[in-house]
Amino acid sequence: MPGLLRICTAGSVDDGKSTLIGRLLHDSRSVYEDQISSVQKASKNRVAGPIDFSLFTDGLKAEREQGITIDVAYRYFATAHRKFILADTPGHEQYTRNMATGASTADLAILLVDARQGVKDQSRRHARIARLLGITHFVVAVNKMDLVGFDKAIYDGICAEFAEILKGSSFHAIPMSALEGDNVIALSERTPWFTGPSLLEHLETVEVDTDVTAKPFRFPVQIVLRPHQDFRGYAGQIQSGIVHRGDEVTVWPSGRSTAVKRIVTYDGDVETAFAPMSVTLVLEDEIDISRGDTLVAGPVQVGQRFQADIVWMDERPLDPTRMYVLKHSTRVVTAEIDRPFELNAIHSAVVRTSRPIIFDSYTDNRATGSFILIDPATNFTCGAGMIGLPTEDDRASRANEGAAERLARIARAAATDAEAVAAVRAALEDIIKY
Amino acid sequence: MPTAQSVAGPASGATPQPRLDHLRRLEAESIHILREVVAEFERPVMMYSVGKDSSVMLRLAQKAFHPAPIPFPLLHIDTTYKFKEMIEFRDRMAAEVGAKLIVHINKEAIADGTQPFKVGTQRCCQLLKTTGLLDALAEGQFDAAFGGARRDEERSRAKERVFSLRDTHGQWDPKRQRPELWSLLNSRLNPGESIRVFPLSNWTEIDIWQYIHAENIPVVPLYFAKEREALVRGDSILVREQSFVPMLPSEKTQMVKCRMRSLGCSPCTGAIRSDATTVPMIIEELVAARNSERQLRIIDHDQDGSMEVKKREGYF
Ligand SMILES: Nc1nc2c(ncn2[C@@H]2O[C@H](COP(=O)(O)OP(=O)(O)O)[C@@H](O)[C@H]2O)c(=O)[nH]1
Repeated sequence: MPGLLRICTAGSVDDGKSTLIGRLLHDSRSVYEDQISSVQKASKNRVAGPIDFSLFTDGLKAEREQGITIDVAYRYFATAHRKFILADTPGHEQYTRNMATGASTADLAILLVDARQGVKDQSRRHARIARLLGITHFVVAVNKMDLVGFDKAIYDGICAEFAEILKGSSFHAIPMSALEGDNVIALSERTPWFTGPSLLEHLETVEVDTDVTAKPFRFPVQIVLRPHQDFRGYAGQIQSGIVHRGDEVTVWPSGRSTAVKRIVTYDGDVETAFAPMSVTLVLEDEIDISRGDTLVAGPVQVGQRFQADIVWMDERPLDPTRMYVLKHSTRVVTAEIDRPFELNAIHSAVVRTSRPIIFDSYTDNRATGSFILIDPATNFTCGAGMIGLPTEDDRASRANEGAAERLARIARAAATDAEAVAAVRAALEDIIKY
Repeated sequence: MPTAQSVAGPASGATPQPRLDHLRRLEAESIHILREVVAEFERPVMMYSVGKDSSVMLRLAQKAFHPAPIPFPLLHIDTTYKFKEMIEFRDRMAAEVGAKLIVHINKEAIADGTQPFKVGTQRCCQLLKTTGLLDALAEGQFDAAFGGARRDEERSRAKERVFSLRDTHGQWDPKRQRPELWSLLNSRLNPGESIRVFPLSNWTEIDIWQYIHAENIPVVPLYFAKEREALVRGDSILVREQSFVPMLPSEKTQMVKCRMRSLGCSPCTGAIRSDATTVPMIIEELVAARNSERQLRIIDHDQDGSMEVKKREGYF
């Protein structure tokens, strides 16, 4: 069992997410006394009565004043068994991007529903985003059971709907009252028909397959270390798999093979290293390798055209005639996407990059199957992509397009002069690099 | 293009796969961040505040670039009111790791007699820390500055990104932060913008101490309990190093066994009563403690959401 579990939460506004997280933090003693007193102080201005647990989690003053959560916040708590990192993501539809952000690094998602309202379109949407981002373990928290008299029939009905929505994933449903604490830390006497485990017990024991060491070796080079003439090391983080001294590796995109001569760390050379360690590799042969190249064992995809599921996160819609900057592992290229996207849209699209990238499908490997898109005009992170399959390049005319035609086309496609300059500059940078 | 290569290493499934414990995971993640910044920015700098988080960050920087030296300078914003032991420690560590150390002091403000009892803690911090920092970053033309802040420290930090975007004035706008997915960091800046980078985002206070213990990282002796001459006022214990800290005629210093839980300027940093003289004892104390580390820093209590206000102004 790994010592670290990453969780994300999703629910609609007022389903009780903040209350639940506040209680988890409070009851696992991750909230400190002075935070409690400052929350008590703040509570006076908002609601009367006991501690408002949701105030532990609302981070920003402006949000506190508006009384809503609008951005991803990270919480940390630990029990004797595990350390938890929890991405608290808001439920508004317009903040799909935050949910995608939280889910991108999570092993497990907690989906919250209000027992009185049952499964909503929002719940389906959250489940879809979480699954798209590669989450296969779910907790369905059926909250506010105290308001429906802990009625088992209501709970069963909601579970049945989720069984349909989450088909193919593993999930554990829990009848809960976040406000009163039922089945959060310990099992509740008010749900004798629920055999457990409670939420915390489940989180402490659930096995998630974050076992990236079982996958083929992938090592994107981050930086070349050359402190003196006699040392040339490739520093990076192992994204998947294991490497031993003496192993043969292939350098992509050049496709040349060599062997690992040394695995260097600050604490001395090691014989073996595995994901997600950050190490420095020295190779047997002098090969020209730079940042953005990937050292690989096993088959891998190398290409410039692939299908991907993309989440659009920018208010400016995706424009298929424009070039975007695409960052994939340590490699930065420019890319075109074959269809428009509006804010918070999720679609499958075909991506064409200016230079080859070294990838796997997202379902095989989250690290080498993901990318972000950056708008070169604003530098905002405008999209996130999960790679599916490579596609044949059927647009022969584009493939053979010369640099000049390409620049002209890019300039023509821009909406304003400023954008044209930015897009051409990005494309030129790219051409010069290769 | 050819794609097939035989899989190296033992057949999967046959033997149990090795796993990294949570400290080594945090370490690997932080090293990844340090390297990304050095690869993608022109002029990075590391804020070195001399505290425990800085000590961990410094060790991670050594690890990230070994066997090469740390490829950026360290920057200390010296308010001139830091504990003496911090300054000694700072100079010793910089020499030991062989890093270039830049010490910046807001000399004008000091010449004007700025100190917390004269201008108030908020104004004092703003002049000596925030303004000092912004001036130093501008002077060095640094486009990326590493800071040792952790998300678990304070509520407004829970939403901080690893790459925290700052405008031309070094200020933070929570609405303009970019989404961060996976470990893919967006290093592109518009003219005049810079970033603060927080490689320790996912570490908690306990993780920091466990790592200090595991790695045998030197820290300022002020963290360890010792009999110290201090002013005791109700719950607060103040080690008085600056003569401007007022004392009533009836007040007297006394010897108290205490230690610092977080380090700052001596007039504004309280000590806690403690018997913890070793790192394991500190960890034990922390597990039992129910007071968060910033409680003892007077500055955060100035006003509701005060850390957020400081961040918007450009403070770390
Ligand atoms: N009766 C009852 N009320 C709850 C429960 N959980 C949350 N609430 C209340 O529902 C409201 C919304 O909760 P909050 O945690 O702010 O929801 P969020 O918008 O999902 O974060 C608050 O008034 C809570 O006190 C529960 O289990 N039972």
